[in-house]
Amino acid sequence: MAAEKMALAKAINESLRRALDSDPKVLVMGEDVGKLGGVFRVTDGLQKDFGDSRVIDTPLAESGIVGTAIGLALRGYRPVVEIQFDGFVFPAYDQIVTQLAKMHARSLGKVKMPVVVRIPYGGGIGAVEHHSESPESLFAHVAGLKVVSPSNASDAYWMMQQAIQSDDPVIYFEPKRRYWDKGEVNTEAIPGPLHKARVVREGTDLTLVAYGPMVKLCQEAADAAAEEGKSLEVLDLRSVSPMDFDSIQASVEKTRRLVVVHEAPVFFGSGAEIAARITERCFYHLEAPVLRVGGYHAPYPPARLEDEYLPGLDRVLDAVDRALAY
Amino acid sequence: MTVDSSAASEPRRSAAGKAGTTGSKTGTKRTTRTTSRSTTRAATGSGTRTSTDPELVQLLTPEGKRVKNAEYDAYVAGITPEELRGLYRDMVLTRRFDAEATALQRQGELGLWASLLGQEAAQIGSGRATREDDYVFPTYREHGVAWCRGVDPTNLLGMFRGVNHGGWDPNSNNFHLYTIVIGSQTLHATGYAMGVAKDGADSAVIAYFGDGASSQGDVAESFTFSAVYNAPVVFFCQNNQWAISEPTEKQTRVPLYQRAQGFGFPGVRVDGNDVLACLAVTRWALERARSGEGPTLVEAFTYRMGAHTTSDDPTRYRGDEERLAWEAKDPILRLRRYLEASNHTDDGFFAELEAESEALGKRVREAVRAMPDPDKFAIFENVYADGHALVDEERAQFAAYQASFADVEGV
Repeated sequence: MAAEKMALAKAINESLRRALDSDPKVLVMGEDVGKLGGVFRVTDGLQKDFGDSRVIDTPLAESGIVGTAIGLALRGYRPVVEIQFDGFVFPAYDQIVTQLAKMHARSLGKVKMPVVVRIPYGGGIGAVEHHSESPESLFAHVAGLKVVSPSNASDAYWMMQQAIQSDDPVIYFEPKRRYWDKGEVNTEAIPGPLHKARVVREGTDLTLVAYGPMVKLCQEAADAAAEEGKSLEVLDLRSVSPMDFDSIQASVEKTRRLVVVHEAPVFFGSGAEIAARITERCFYHLEAPVLRVGGYHAPYPPARLEDEYLPGLDRVLDAVDRALAY
Repeated sequence: MTVDSSAASEPRRSAAGKAGTTGSKTGTKRTTRTTSRSTTRAATGSGTRTSTDPELVQLLTPEGKRVKNAEYDAYVAGITPEELRGLYRDMVLTRRFDAEATALQRQGELGLWASLLGQEAAQIGSGRATREDDYVFPTYREHGVAWCRGVDPTNLLGMFRGVNHGGWDPNSNNFHLYTIVIGSQTLHATGYAMGVAKDGADSAVIAYFGDGASSQGDVAESFTFSAVYNAPVVFFCQNNQWAISEPTEKQTRVPLYQRAQGFGFPGVRVDGNDVLACLAVTRWALERARSGEGPTLVEAFTYRMGAHTTSDDPTRYRGDEERLAWEAKDPILRLRRYLEASNHTDDGFFAELEAESEALGKRVREAVRAMPDPDKFAIFENVYADGHALVDEERAQFAAYQASFADVEGV
């Protein structure tokens, strides 16, 4: 059963199962992760098979979840904690930023923090307030943390394996609107390093860069553009921190135009960092300014308005047209 | 026997009925030695209390008189004169070290110092109650506990001098790095204790925090987690009456030890200036943890004799009378009185200790002055365990920038 088609959520589940099975120090912790299997069923069946001392239903206290995970890591465990929704991570933000991120440095490397923080993130599922946010920049800005986001089932599986094996804390953003998207997962072949970007589609006229839920949208945009005779390259970053600028640079040196797409607000978003660095690296290659498509500088809107707020096919294509017009 | 302080008056209100102890919900306690915890009992056997005293467990009065305590005497019953002298020595040397550090800050050798003056008994009593395999999670003021754990005092000074953010190996002495964000470490202690329980070990964990930290959500969450998972952790709260300028009245409407009851585990208040009582109560609490009875809250009622840190000016918010009143309850003085009255010491002991004390001061002084500034590239060291491309890139940029000066210097 090396290769199998499965949903992205199921791929994470299988990956957690494999980690729990192969390393007795791996723990899964979070609210409702036990009997219920998590509100998105990502941990479905794990408590039944590994017991409630390894798959732990926690009190409803996010700081407590991350803070005790830090203590467990100090004792030699490798906790994988679930924050139920993106908007609920902030009670834990203090522990993540002031403790988890800094422990290795301040102990001069004596203490490792192999903690994975799983966060279902992003919009597009018609949810209520605080259930659709994309806070990845708030974590990428913090030295000591690694921030990744898979876009498909195979990456979801393997990046979770690699995140758990990492001796650094990894914030693992799960594109919740893609949980049910199916893809081929080969459980015997590692697709590549955790922090390396991947060219999803080759093109010559412009590069679209995205990660997590926006990769699929960019592929759709490339399809649509192809019908108009435009050849777009799509790059799946996979990792927000560290970020594979070499791969972006290589692509932009070829296509000379770059559009970055993410759900998070454009202002101080990861696209801003990409634009600055690529401008510096590729100044003489660029035919157009780096353009960004993302959320607005406004609270995430009520569900009936989220399609206006989120980058959609037309907004991406509009940015592509603007970049090509230079 | 004691002089009341304004800060001490608040908890009295609701302490009256409980006499320094709250039981957990337990009728289900297992060990014989602690089955009585669920009931309330007089914390002191002495009738010398005045009505203005907060209720607390006390074995040595400020005058150095040993008072009986039916519940806790057993935990120090076998203590030898040598061990008592050891406690005295620990407190004297810790105070000497602390004074030296304060002086070093005044001389510009340290950027800051957080003095433990007045809290020696709470720290030495509790610290000496720990076993080698126990794990300690300190705040940033536990210099006495560090001493008990065998952490070289000069190691504590690096962060206050600004050469590192901790720097010692927490696993060498099972003494975690100092934590500056108030209360965060109580959750780490709880998680660590959950791990101890998973491992099937009989080690215990002790988390230090203060009266100010008791208001933090993390402390409440650590109480919840430790209770729910029955984690082998002791929460040792040094109520030193002041959180910088805010008295305990600004943190709580009930005596802090009573908070434990609402979480389902016992809390006890101990005279934090009585090293023997702190030793006994902490031993009891650690034993509960070891034997699977879960968390305990110990409130050590003490006083921060000095400023919050060397940057603080306590004359802006508290009067001398209060400090003087607590001076009469000095932890070192009271043990000395007891030792002398019991003929456990002679002049030679004190003279020898004085010499040892001065030698420690000198050693600390010299070590700090000799402490080199870290290498510039230390900025980029250990940010990640497995490396990070951006850190590598910025380190190279920094190196190139530094190297650009070499040419200039070479001309």
